[in-house]
Formats: sequence, structure tokens, C-alpha cells
Amino acid sequence: MDQPYEKQNPAVYAIIAMLVLMSVGPVILMLANSFKFDVDIISGASSFFFMPTIQNYETALCDVLWYEPDHLDFCGLKFGGAFTNSLIIALVSTILTLVIGSMAAYALVRFRFFGRDTVSITTLMVRMVPPAVLLVPVFGLWNNEFCIDKNSLVGGLIRDTFGGRGDVCLAGTHSGIILVYVAMNLPFVIWILQSFIVQVPRSLEEAARVDGAGPFQVFFKVILPLIKPGLAAAAIFTFRIAWNEYLLASALSDRNTKTVPILIVNNMSEFNVEWGVIMATGMLLAIPPIIFTLLASRQIITGMTAGAVKG
Amino acid sequence: MATEVTSHAKTPRQASAWINRASPYMFIAPAVVIMFMALIYPLGYMIWGSFRDWDPSQTIGEAEFIGLKNYVTLWNDPNFLESLSVTLRFAFLCVSAEMVIGVGLALLLDRNIRGMSVLRTMFILPMMIAPVVVGLMWRYMYHPTVGTFNRFLEDIGLPKVDWLGQNALTSVIIADIWQWTPFIFILALAALQSLPRSALEAAKIDGATAWQQIWHIKIPLMMPVLIVTALLRLIDAFKVLEVILVLTEGGPGLSTEILALRISRTATEFRELGEAAAMSNYLLMILMLLTVSMFAFNKLQEIRAARVRMIAEEDA
Repeated sequence: MDQPYEKQNPAVYAIIAMLVLMSVGPVILMLANSFKFDVDIISGASSFFFMPTIQNYETALCDVLWYEPDHLDFCGLKFGGAFTNSLIIALVSTILTLVIGSMAAYALVRFRFFGRDTVSITTLMVRMVPPAVLLVPVFGLWNNEFCIDKNSLVGGLIRDTFGGRGDVCLAGTHSGIILVYVAMNLPFVIWILQSFIVQVPRSLEEAARVDGAGPFQVFFKVILPLIKPGLAAAAIFTFRIAWNEYLLASALSDRNTKTVPILIVNNMSEFNVEWGVIMATGMLLAIPPIIFTLLASRQIITGMTAGAVKG
Repeated sequence: MATEVTSHAKTPRQASAWINRASPYMFIAPAVVIMFMALIYPLGYMIWGSFRDWDPSQTIGEAEFIGLKNYVTLWNDPNFLESLSVTLRFAFLCVSAEMVIGVGLALLLDRNIRGMSVLRTMFILPMMIAPVVVGLMWRYMYHPTVGTFNRFLEDIGLPKVDWLGQNALTSVIIADIWQWTPFIFILALAALQSLPRSALEAAKIDGATAWQQIWHIKIPLMMPVLIVTALLRLIDAFKVLEVILVLTEGGPGLSTEILALRISRTATEFRELGEAAAMSNYLLMILMLLTVSMFAFNKLQEIRAARVRMIAEEDA
């Protein structure tokens, strides 16, 4: 890729420009609309020449603003809270997935042990399980089985602190959603990191061993720093799924643990769609992935190709 | 456990031997525990529940065992069959269109040009954005009066199109093509750029035209990657849910109600958990079939590569 660029037919540049426009166009359209009054969106006077307003963002973020926007007398949309929930869930599940996944990938690559093949094959197979298939069992389990009895010591303690009536269950908590996301993302992360760990020369590990490092020290101090690109790719993919997922979150969350996608879908299904506000919430949800894409497109492409080619 | 630790801790060497033997399990244990708890066990629970007449108010133990009845009911349910056919049509149409466009663009743009990295960055954007937001953007653009497309058609004097009404499935497929063609483009481009230069040079010297190079050299050499890519995309196409949910909510009628959507409606609206579980199982079987065929294909490819290498060594 370092060769000098060849001179090309201008048609090729035209195609590239058109493709860029096509893929970015809808996003720009959404960005533009999020700064318009609903009247302007509906009258459709002009796509790009209009009086910008931040009113939509004020409405969306009304529960976290330090001032009360003039145009609102009631703050109905709890977007700030949902955003915090999304952030907690996505970040915690990404970190957990990476730590647990990289450890498992290391074990699968470097050790021969009883049960290794079973784990490895199961990991490959469950990669295709879609959230929709997990919906029914996870809903049942999280509400009925993964509970702590309210009469037990720990359960009683949690109930006294947080209130509530029934047993203490995973459903409706952040940890409940995080657990599904970690489990859902683990197979992919394990699988993609394996291809990075294989490339770490064994001699480095052996040198560290000779210097007296234990297996965990070798892993955290030698292996992890060397597979940073792989970790970055895996982190982006995990974060993306946890940040964007709707179905399982909507089944497992309650009023206080709603994430942003749920909020958007709930506001969409009403008849009178407030386009401006909904575009603003959509934009806010899209900002973190957009930032990742612009900063780390190289890692994303590496991860994507490594993930597909090594089927 | 305690005795083991003390007996092994006698000398430092023995202790470290014990740690070495246990360490693979310590590394793998957290992943196994979590995957068992939140993937394997739920899947088993689902399969178990699919044999029961199960209502959301009951625990699974209280639900009556009815054998294969849920599966049979579904098989005779025209709505389920319609939804299955919509899912299959959606998946195959999406993936074939995306393969043609994606590979075509990759062949066209496989050159050393300025602006390629910008294109690749911008091309990933649709895949990274939340499906819910993708649905939102397209729902706006498809809007009968306010939407971008109908405004454009009106401006140039063409009749409006009822995007999410009569042409709902097509519209949904177009949105999916917009979102996922880049995936195939990027993989196809990577495959193209790792093709052996020697074969292409030889073809050029022999005077092959650009078309001949594409049809007789590039496409056959890319085939293994393309097949894996298509299967990966196919598996993903069966998982699509949010975009369709936001765009059409499965309607109008059942015209865009893919299986994933029907599962969630059966569970939440119709409150038939057993049937929803049986449906999930059908979906799982389709996906399992695709996954297994992908592995089988990869194994075949490895075996063939090994044989080629062996023959080459014998010749040498």
C-alpha cells in the first residue's frame, strides 16, 4: 500500500464519492434533522438551509440538564438515565468479556488439558445463537430461577436495602443484562483472540517463566500487552453489541434499568412521532460508535477480516 | 481440597507444579461458568420448555408436558409458515444482492487509489450504528409524505411509492443492503488483495482481457473466502430484528414478520412461551445447519490445501 498512487480514471473517483455519500448520507440527514424544529421537518422547506435549534437535544436531555428549557413544562423523556444505564451496561460487560475471554483464549491456545476440545467446539457452535432464541429461556430463568430466596440471609439483606416484594431476582438489574451480554459475546471474543495469541512467540513466555513469573503474571504482563490490537478490535465489537442491543434488554430491564434503544423504540411506536426529538436521541445513541469508527477503523477492519477468514 | 493444598505445598517446586497443572482450568473456568449459566443452560431450558404448554405466569415445572404438540401446531399454523417464508426470502434476497454488489464493487475498486481508506472508514459506519437507529433513519426516509425518497420522486415528477406499505419487504431489504454490503465489500477486497500476484501476472502476459481475468482467475481464487462470507452473512441475516421492528413492526399484515419478531410477539403478546420456545428451536436448527455447513466447508478446504501441498512436495 506504500507504492505511489496510480493515476485513475475520473469515473472511479466519482464512484467512490458516490459510495461515501450513500453510506454517510442517511447519518448526515439524521444529524441535520436533529437540529430542526418539527415544523421544518414536516414542511420540508430545505434539507440543509434552516435555522438550527438545540431544542430537540434539550428535550431529550431534560432530566440531566442543569437548567430548565423554556419550551418544556414537563420532562417526560428520561433520556439521561437511560444513557447512564447503557453506558454502565456496555462498559462493564465489555471489560468483563475481554478479561474472561482473553483468559479462555489463552488457555485454549497454549494448554493441552482434559475437556479442551469440548470447550473449543461448543464455543464455535454457540456463536450463531441469536438474541431472539435466548429471549424465552432467559426471561424465564432470570425471573424465576436465578433468584435469591427473600427469606435467606443474603436475599433478605438485599431486599431490605433496595426494597421490593418478591424474591431477589436477576431480571430488572444491571447485572442481569450484563450477564447475558458477556455470555453472548464471549464465543466471538475467545475465537478472535485465539488467532492473535497464536502469533505471540512462545520463547517470550518461556523467558518470563525462567525469570520466575507464574502463569498469571505471564498472561497479564507478557501476553496481554502483545495482543493489544486484537483486544482493541474485540472491545469495539463487544461494546457495539452491548450498546446497540434491544431485544434482550427490553425483556430483562425494568423502569429504572432501561437502555437507550428501548427508549427509542418505545417513542417510535407511538402514532404522533416527534421526529426532531427522536432523531436527537438516535444521534446521541450513534455518537459513541461513530467516534470508534473514525478513530479505529483499521482495528475494526482487522477484526472483521480475522473473524471471517479464519472461519 | 485443603489437604491437597498442604500436601502439595511441601516444597516450592511441588507447589509450582500443582499451579502449572491447575492453571489451564483456572484460565478457562470463568468463561465456562458464564457460558454455561447464560447460554448452554438457557438453551437446554428452552428445549425442555418447548415440550410444554407453558404460560408466562407459570414456572416451567408447573407447565403441563405435551410432547411434540407445540412443534406440530406450528407446522400447521399458516402464520408461522408465512413468517418462515418471509424470513427465508429476506435472508436469501439480502445476501444474494449484497454479494453481487459487494463483490462487484470490490473488483471494480481493487486498485491503488487515493481515498480508498476514507471509503473504507465511511463504509463501516452503517454496520457500527445501532440497528434501532438505522431503522429510525430509514423510517424517516421512507415516510410517505415527509420522507426523503417520496419528496425526491415528487420533485422530479414521478409518482410516489408506498415504501413501507405495499413494498414493505423490498424496502426492508434495501435498508439491510445499505447496512451490510460494506461488510462483504471489505472482506472481498481483503481477499482480492491477498491473491497470488503470480497467477494474475501470468494471465496478463498470456493476454487475458480484464473480464477473463475476473471470471477465470480472480473469482475462482476468491471462492473459498466468498462462500464463508456469504454463510456468515446468511447467519446474521436470520438474526436481524431491530431494523424491521422499528421500520414496520412486522407489518403490514405479516409481510415483514420475520421469525425473530414472531418469537418475541408469541412470547410477549400471545403469551405462549411453549410455542415461542418451539419456534426458537426451529430457528436454531436452521442456524445450526448453516454453521455446520460452514465448518464442513472449511475442513474440506484445509484437506484440499494439505493435499495440494503434499503433491507439490512429492514433485519437488
